[in-house]
Amino acid sequence: MSEATLGQSRRTDVHTSDAAQRRLRRRYAAERRFQLYGLFAIGIALFALGWLLTSIVGRGYTAFTQSRVVLEVEFARDVLDPDATGDRQVLSGANYAALVKSSLREQFPDVSGRRERRALNALVSSGAAFQLREMVLADPSLVGTRRAVSVPLSDDSDMFFKGFIRRDVGESERKLNDAQVGWLDALQERGLVERVFNTTFLTSGDSREPELAGIWGAVVGTTLTLLVTLLLCFPIGVAAAVYLEEFAPTNRWTDLIEVNINNLAAVPSIVFGLLGLAVFLNFFGLPRSAPLVGGMVLALMTLPTVIIAGRAALKAVPPSIREAALGVGASPVQTVLQHVLPLALPGILTGTIIGMARALGESAPLLMIGMVAFIVDIPSGLTSPSTVLPVQVYLWADSPERAFVEKTSAAIMVLLAFLILMNLAAVLLRRKYEQKW
Amino acid sequence: MALASTLPKIVARDVDCFYGDKQALFCVNLDISEKQVTALIGPSGCGKSTFLRCLNRMNDVIDGCRVTGKLELDAEDIYGPDVDVVKLRARVGMVFQKPNPFPKSIYENVAYGPRIHGLVSNRGELDELVEWSLEKAGLLGEVKDRLQEPGTGLSGGQQQRLCIARAIAVSPEVILMDEPCSALDPIATAKIEELTDELRENFTNVIVTHNMQQAARVSQRTAFFHLGILVEEGETGKIFTNPGNERTQDYITGRFG
Repeated sequence: MSEATLGQSRRTDVHTSDAAQRRLRRRYAAERRFQLYGLFAIGIALFALGWLLTSIVGRGYTAFTQSRVVLEVEFARDVLDPDATGDRQVLSGANYAALVKSSLREQFPDVSGRRERRALNALVSSGAAFQLREMVLADPSLVGTRRAVSVPLSDDSDMFFKGFIRRDVGESERKLNDAQVGWLDALQERGLVERVFNTTFLTSGDSREPELAGIWGAVVGTTLTLLVTLLLCFPIGVAAAVYLEEFAPTNRWTDLIEVNINNLAAVPSIVFGLLGLAVFLNFFGLPRSAPLVGGMVLALMTLPTVIIAGRAALKAVPPSIREAALGVGASPVQTVLQHVLPLALPGILTGTIIGMARALGESAPLLMIGMVAFIVDIPSGLTSPSTVLPVQVYLWADSPERAFVEKTSAAIMVLLAFLILMNLAAVLLRRKYEQKW
Repeated sequence: MALASTLPKIVARDVDCFYGDKQALFCVNLDISEKQVTALIGPSGCGKSTFLRCLNRMNDVIDGCRVTGKLELDAEDIYGPDVDVVKLRARVGMVFQKPNPFPKSIYENVAYGPRIHGLVSNRGELDELVEWSLEKAGLLGEVKDRLQEPGTGLSGGQQQRLCIARAIAVSPEVILMDEPCSALDPIATAKIEELTDELRENFTNVIVTHNMQQAARVSQRTAFFHLGILVEEGETGKIFTNPGNERTQDYITGRFG
């Protein structure tokens, strides 16, 4: 009897007693703690991302401007075309560097001596001569005239104007001597130095001269390579995923294949590079450094990701849709192509974009097939030698010139922009194909 | 000809069904008559859905599922080696437990079957067939003005009737219904039951149900399954008023199941 009353009294206040209140408070505290851990994790991630972006942008934004000097250039006939032939061959082979030198000498007539003159000439980029040649070849009537031309300064002068070579350190510790610093100051005082948007960086290929080096070659190389990767890994990956998920019987062989695909997804990327070297280059004799081969290697690397994501997406399609289609007499292929695949497509696209993003940032496997070569020309096709953005970053990060520091960061910025564009395209595609009901 | 009409539409003899090592059906013998509603009743897991899915080979997609014995549709072996499953499923349509319209428009849901089977030759015929099917399924009045809206936007009962319209649009000879009302409210259920009764004119109907009253209301014949065994089969009236088997008696009076 007393036990029964005890049980009853316990039952009535089991959720209202002080102990119950304490239990409840503990539960809420645990919940708040858990949310705080989450917030903390997100905070760390955001902080790291912010730091990364600030350091890259802070270091790289100067690469998007370039110091140039406006020189009065005398397109002297006796230098360019002494016999007045007007022949392009003659014009093309003329000594344009001499024009640059003489207009520099006009600016500083009292500089004498070989060494001083060489130091003076070193202030202007060697690209200035090429620029003059292109101007003359485009318009031969320039010969014999005199006009103001804006030519790029050398990388050291550029660094000086951007403040990376400081005048307050000892002469022996900087790349420019006191005389050169004086000349640059003089040029600036005369209003001849300008800071303009660096179109060279965005439109030309790599160069040994930092002021002439551009990212466009690597951008084109990356685009071609990723195009090959996408065209190979998307159809093959989707076909494999559909077969394995929808048609293959479950037996030892398919289990073996599944285990292997999962393992391949975790294989270090350089192994795929070695595979490409052994199979595509040495066995099939495909060209070295080519986007075609790079794309094939990256496709091999990306395939497991696409297949795994594709299978997961197909598995997520409710079986009732399959039953509905089969129930009205659709064949298995019609069921998959007309009902299951469209519903799985957004998920497959997500997996593909993850794989492609990884391929975009990959440099190790491409080193093995020669895409690390120094390539000046913009690649013109799938088999022309080229490099890709991450390899370009690696190459520039490895270069000793001070001016390549900003180029490296700027190249990373271009790489990130490329990534954002790619993801944006994927999001738009997803949104287009996602069924809203 | 007169003889043919008395022949059962579907004949099952000694049908066993296995999922891997587990046997789900034991030696089922059942005749299903043409243009009648046959109800399959029994507690959960008794094999009635399994039997239903054997009739249009929907079990084929389940790994490790094996059917032995003789199953005939119009004296043709359903599991024969040269049977075209696609054709079989066109002749034996199915409505599932949970309404499963395609994530497409109402029109497309109904038009899909006729289109893949090539039953119509032009858009006008297709429009007509879609309208006829929706009318037959008692849905046309409710959706006439919004055929292009998504089928998944309809209410549960409407969705199930859309699935019935989708099934009859293919002009099957037999319609299998696997607990078509289990996810529906009483009003929607009443509509589906009414519909089942009307469809008897044109189709042979096999319906699996948990609801005893429903079986009594809509069917002419009833088969009671228990633990994979067909316990008893006969006219619905007789099964519910005067069952021959003690287990049937226990089940329909609610003593187990």
